[in-house]
Parts: sequence; C-alpha cells; structure tokens
Amino acid sequence: MIERLGALVIDGVVRLGAFVIFLLNSAFYVFVPPFKPRLWVRQIRIIGADSLFLIILIGGFTGMVLGLQGYNTLRRFGSDGALGTVVALVLVRELGPVLAALMIAARAGSAMAAELGSMQSTEQIDALTVMAINPVQYLVSPRMLAGVISFPLLTSVFDVVGIYGGYMVGVGLMGAPSGAYFNGIAANMSGHDIMTGLYKALVFGVVVMWVCCYKGYHAERMATGVSRATTEAVVLSSVLILAFDYFLTSILL
Amino acid sequence: MSETEINRRVGTGPAAGDGNAGANAIEVRDLHKRFGRQQVLDGVTLDFPAGKITTIVGPSGSGKTVLLKHLNLLMRPDSGTIAIDRIEVTRLGAGGLDAVREKFGMLFQAGALFDSMSIFDNVAFPLVEKTRLSTREIEERVHETLKAVGLEGMEAKFPSQMSGGMQKRAALARALVRRPKILMLDEPTTGLDPSRTGAIHELIRRTQENFHLTAVMVSHDVPAVFQVSDRVAFLHNGRTHLNGTVAEVMAADDDVFKRFLAGKASGEENETALAG
Repeated sequence: MIERLGALVIDGVVRLGAFVIFLLNSAFYVFVPPFKPRLWVRQIRIIGADSLFLIILIGGFTGMVLGLQGYNTLRRFGSDGALGTVVALVLVRELGPVLAALMIAARAGSAMAAELGSMQSTEQIDALTVMAINPVQYLVSPRMLAGVISFPLLTSVFDVVGIYGGYMVGVGLMGAPSGAYFNGIAANMSGHDIMTGLYKALVFGVVVMWVCCYKGYHAERMATGVSRATTEAVVLSSVLILAFDYFLTSILL
Repeated sequence: MSETEINRRVGTGPAAGDGNAGANAIEVRDLHKRFGRQQVLDGVTLDFPAGKITTIVGPSGSGKTVLLKHLNLLMRPDSGTIAIDRIEVTRLGAGGLDAVREKFGMLFQAGALFDSMSIFDNVAFPLVEKTRLSTREIEERVHETLKAVGLEGMEAKFPSQMSGGMQKRAALARALVRRPKILMLDEPTTGLDPSRTGAIHELIRRTQENFHLTAVMVSHDVPAVFQVSDRVAFLHNGRTHLNGTVAEVMAADDDVFKRFLAGKASGEENETALAG
C-alpha cells in the first residue's frame, strides 16, 4: 500500500511538472520566431470576437440582477443613491472578470480542448512534428496570446454592459435616483479598482488557455479521450478561476 | 536454424552491419525501447537501402509502429543508434531533429489531414510554413503533386467530403509535396477495401519510382504488400527476425515466419499480441 501511495505521489508530481513546463513552453514560444500574426488574429477572433455576443448577454443580465438586488437591499438602509457605486464596484472588481472568464472557458476553452484533443487522437499533432513544425508554437502559443489579449477586453465589455444593465433596472424600472447612479461611480471608483479587474482578467486568460490547451494536447487517443479532456478542461479551469480569484483579491485588495 | 542465424542477413544485398553505409538511407543499430515493464524493441538492427521500398511486417505487438516512430523521430530509444542519411540522430537536439525531418515525408495510418483545411491547403501547408516559395509556385507544386496521386480537381474539397482512399492519396500528396528523400508510410492500406488496397500499393510503387524515393512502410497487409516491396523486415518479439529481399524472406525456411504468414499464432506470439 505504501508502494502504491508512493507511486501515486511520484506520478502526481511528474504530471504537475509537465503541466507547468507546458505553460512555460507555451509562453516562451510566443516570443520566438517564426511569428505568425495570422494565427494570432484567428485565435483572437475565435476566443474574443466570437464570444462578444455571449459576454454582452451575460453581462447585461448580471447587471440587471445586480440592479434589482442592489436596489432592494440598499433601499432598506435609505442608501439607494449608492446603487451605481455598488453595481460598478462589484462588477469591475469581481463579477466581471470571474463570470466573463467562466463563460469564455465554457465556450471557447471547451472548443479548444476538443479541437486539440481531436487533433491528438487523429495524429495531426504528430504530423506537425514530423513536418518540423513545433506544435506547441503553432497551436498553443497563439491561443495563449489571444487569451491574454481577449480576456481583459471582453471583461471590460462585460463591465460596461453590466453597469448599463444595472442602470436600466435600478433606475429605469425600480426608480433609483438617475443622477446619483453615474455620479456615484465617478466619485467612488478609482483606477486601482479598474486595474484590479483587468489584472484578474489577464491571469484568468492565461489560466483558461493553459488548462484547456494542456488537456486537449494531452488527450488520450481513444474514443472517450476527447470528451474526458474537454470536461476536465472546463471543470479545472472553473476551479482555478475561483481559486486564483481568491488569491488575487487577497493580494490586490 | 537458431535465432542468431536467422537474424543474420538472408541471401545477398545490403544488410545490417556489413559496412556498406553508402547504399543505406537509414541504419538502425541495436535499438532498445521499453514502456514500463514491456520491452517493445529488444535490439533491433536493420538497414533501409536507398531507393528501395522496405516493408516492416510482424504480428501485433512486435514493435513495428514503435520502430517507425523512432525512424520518423517521434520517439527516442533507450539505447542504440539511428543514422538517417548518414546523420546519427538519437542524440540530436530539437533544432538538429528538425533539420533531419526536412528530409522525409510521412503518411500516417489515418492520413492525419487537417480537418479545417481544404485538400489544397492541406497539401500546400508544408510549403507555406517551411519554404519561401511564392504563391504561384506553391499553387503549381500542389496541382502537380495532386495530379501525381490522381486527385486533380479535388483541391476545394475537405477531408470529410472524401472517401478513405482519397484521403490517403491526399495525405500522400502532402507527404510528397516537398520532394522528400525518404517516405515513411504507416499502414497505408488499413481500413480500405481490397480494390482500393491494390490501387494504393500501385500508387506507392509508381510514386517511389517517379520521385526516386527511399520508402519505409509498416503494413499488416501480408502477403499483398510483398508485391510492391523490394525488401522485407520481419519483426518478432521486438527483434529483427528476418531481413532480406522479398524472394529471400519468402524462401527462408523459418517456422515463425511461416506461422505468421499462415495467420496462426504460436503461444509466444499470442503473449506478444496480448501484451502489445
């Protein structure tokens, strides 16, 4: 039993090492020629532009719920004038980066894991290697870069749409003071709040791309391999987003 | 005949260890590879003469595909050496390996075509990524290569729109488009019906002659594949059991090989097949 436990620990450490080395390799090859801007643009389109509608939708509804809940809660304390501040701060510092990252992980991350897993199981990745093309540089690094660029931008869109969603419900529907909504945001939101959200989005972008690419790239070459890789990619991404959110919040607060 | 005698070259012609390095495109010496407790390659020594088609055959689990993965540099051995075009490759770094990979093309068992690209883009891919040819030159080369494999007019199709045989042809075109010196084929006829098998074998022979290639093929399609082969290497239990021209190997009085041909597995072969 001790031998088996030891073997498990060793296996776990080896896997963790491979996981980290994969991230370092992927990041390294972003800066190594040959550079393929068309691959970067393609991935930014897939991860970023194609996720825009979903982000707007989720951001809108999130802001609307915050407006509703926020107004009902603040009104008990006679502080409905602070609605704009509350909605904006919660979105910008917390819900914007987290929910945007979770949505992109579910949509683009799962697709990425499935695509790479499918390529692995049909030897397409081996084909790249045999053609003297570094598969990490060709497949993974562009996705990493696209994630770093797309996540903060999409988070910003999420925040803006969410703030307007909160305005529509809180002010338009529930009757919170209109002028106080945006004046409160201007008075109480600092650059640090905005940068906190963007730093989180940046980190989440790296985490989601890293996990989803790793799982897809190392999918087992069998019928269930791709589905297992996709599921594990989304689950692990989600868990790490929330874990990193806590650690980043504790550092940046 | 002892295993030692069988492992010697059978008949005449270039063979393992005879020092005739100039005639060999690839030389494998005492290759070992283990996965966990399973010794898959247990001292394989083999030469692949330049300008010839050498087919590697053997029962399931004998190490054929693992050997091919060493030859196309997807795996590194635990010990032993491999020389490709007189360059010893087993200790090369990534840059050195890439330079050697420029010399060969590979046809994977399922084709390994890129699903999201058309046939034209698939075949053009190595030229676009690895050469500085102009767009026009790439177009000409792709059309020429597709014509050579009988896929003229199929440029706009996607792999999912093509039959298995056509996908193999497209994959062969992609392997040939950079005019490699060595062509490696992993079970090129697996999954095809007998009529298409013959067509693919004929295409491989014609391609090898037209492009003056050295070809290394792994195949289960025995004995049909012998019609297109110049030399045969029979692997058994991770070692080179027989090696020679097709006539020499077929004439060898070897029970293991005869049983393999007849499709009967010995107890030893069954263990190997189950372990593999």
